[in-house]
Amino acid sequence: MENRWLMAAIVLVGVPLVIVGYIVLTERVLRLLPPSRRDGIRPWLWLAPALAFVGIFLIYPTIRTVILSFMDARSESFIGLGNYAEFFGNDRNWTVLVNNLLWIVFFTLLTVVFGLLIAVLTDRVRYESVAKAIIFLPMAISFVAAGIIWRFMYDFSPETGTLNAAVGVLGIEPQTWLFDWPRNNFMIIIAAAWIWTGFCMVILSAGLKGISTELLEAGRMDGANEFQIFFRIIMPLMAPTIAVVTTTMIIFALKVFDLVYVMTGGRFDTDVLANRMYSEAFIGRDFGMSAAVAVILLTLIVPIMAFNIRRFRQQEAIR
Amino acid sequence: MATVTFDHVYKRYSADVVAVNDLNLEIADGEFLVLVGPSGCGKTTALRCVAGLETISDGKLYIGDRVVNDVAPKDRDIAMVFQSYALYPHMSVYDNLAFGLKLRKTPKADIERRVKEAAGILGLERFLDRKPKALSGGQRQRVALGRAIVREPSVFLMDEPLSNLDAKLRVQTRAEIARLHQRLGTTTVYVTHDQVEAMTMGDRIAVMKDGLLHQVGTPQELYDHPTNVFVAGFIGSPAMNFATVKATEGEDLMLGSAKLNLSGAAAKAAADRPKGADLLIGFRPEHLDIADGQADTVSIPARVDVVEYLGNEELIHAQAEGTEIVALIPSDRRVKPGDQVNLGVPLEKLHMFDPESEQSLVA
Repeated sequence: MENRWLMAAIVLVGVPLVIVGYIVLTERVLRLLPPSRRDGIRPWLWLAPALAFVGIFLIYPTIRTVILSFMDARSESFIGLGNYAEFFGNDRNWTVLVNNLLWIVFFTLLTVVFGLLIAVLTDRVRYESVAKAIIFLPMAISFVAAGIIWRFMYDFSPETGTLNAAVGVLGIEPQTWLFDWPRNNFMIIIAAAWIWTGFCMVILSAGLKGISTELLEAGRMDGANEFQIFFRIIMPLMAPTIAVVTTTMIIFALKVFDLVYVMTGGRFDTDVLANRMYSEAFIGRDFGMSAAVAVILLTLIVPIMAFNIRRFRQQEAIR
Repeated sequence: MATVTFDHVYKRYSADVVAVNDLNLEIADGEFLVLVGPSGCGKTTALRCVAGLETISDGKLYIGDRVVNDVAPKDRDIAMVFQSYALYPHMSVYDNLAFGLKLRKTPKADIERRVKEAAGILGLERFLDRKPKALSGGQRQRVALGRAIVREPSVFLMDEPLSNLDAKLRVQTRAEIARLHQRLGTTTVYVTHDQVEAMTMGDRIAVMKDGLLHQVGTPQELYDHPTNVFVAGFIGSPAMNFATVKATEGEDLMLGSAKLNLSGAAAKAAADRPKGADLLIGFRPEHLDIADGQADTVSIPARVDVVEYLGNEELIHAQAEGTEIVALIPSDRRVKPGDQVNLGVPLEKLHMFDPESEQSLVA
């Protein structure tokens, strides 16, 4: 206990001290230079710590991972594109890619469409904040806990499985929701959408609030009905927000791991790239293959990120 | 073309919050009526009731002969210009103007003709391809007007359309809207809090306060014969001076220790009051001048505090028996701060109000 307080004190005092110390030091160093050179060098000196962090924790590991992906399981000998050839040569991995595609399409569709629908609908009721809080609530649950909850929901026994109890009322036999491909994928996607719809709703709702009511009233005066107002005024104006939310959801769909790990562990053909990466590294102890999967994942995410950043820059330019 | 009629219209948000209280008002076909009043007086709510953006709590609202209480905004044959212009930011100026016509399935050739025509009237031809973002405030304002014009509605509603413009542009656009009204002759309901706008633009002005309609009339009627203290103080710039005086046994009034000699209608109103009763008199700064004993003029002794030189006129701030008086007099009177002067107001320009009911006693 004593030690912990000491640590906290050191961190609280030490970290700001180091930062201030660094700034003072750089200014001292700068004073040794001729004045004309100072302004050119100062930003780089100030940026240096941040660049060092990015380099050590982001760029170096990325390069290292790419190198590892060309090595064998124990990272000892160079095997070229061997890992990639093996990955794409295995039918099971094609299922993994198809699953991720299912995630991208259906998870994104579910969260964005429902998020938008709820944002628009709650915007018109008096109990808006309560409704939105309830929808957002699952976001506060850890994904592991959510996975366990939903595994119970999908349990075969109607005694435990809420879904089977529900369909039982309709006279349908209990189903093995998490066993059969591709249905099991959709079941996990639904659980994920339950968590993430609230997030989409909040962002989209903020975008919606940014549209002035006078604009919608002007539309109504111009003769638009509520559908026309939604599709011809609200949607075009929210397009940038929708794009951001959609890309964020696609990136999440590509990276999805915890729910799959908890609910099926990737069995019954529900495996996805991130879980593949994990099992190759920590179950199969094949770091080469794991790195190759990571690189594939990265390659898929980069264009979406690039789109997002470009979009963001355009937005900034408009402002 | 159409008339607009408020028949005992109420708008209540709750039992305590009554935005529009028993509004009775007939707006003639082709008339330019200005709803004016301080913020929160219910003028915008009244306008939004006509637009159909607010539902009426009680009473009847007519456009032409039709009761429109339950008619959707788009079916009321009206167009509105919003304070913020409310232009669709994702559409070009052309599409902004054409949007309402497109929704009404107007033939394409027709749309093009009408948009071009409206753009011509407002000088917007060069900007038809631009987005609203690329326009100045004045140009946006004209697009908002154009959007109303192309629809060729029977009533225009305008909600403080000039309040986002700078002073110079406001004066220009004011004239432009007046010209537009002369040209199109469309019934217009115009909301503003600026009494100068109201006076310069309106065929008639309706003055509102706290949800109540205080007086309706032509600008001159409101200026010459305000029916109560609020209208008297609200219309005219600089605002009317008020002073509390006491009735005497005869036809005279006492302002502190100074005696004001009256005659005519004012004297009669004063004589009706019991001795010692309070009375509120009002007189406009521009009707005051340095008195030199003319007949039919009330003379008020005052000490000059501040003189604001305006060119051909001077704005005098003076004290008369503890009452602050503002007077607008010709500069050649050469008044200096500290001077003791007699400020005269012609009897026919003197207003008298009951201090309790605040109603005019001479109007």
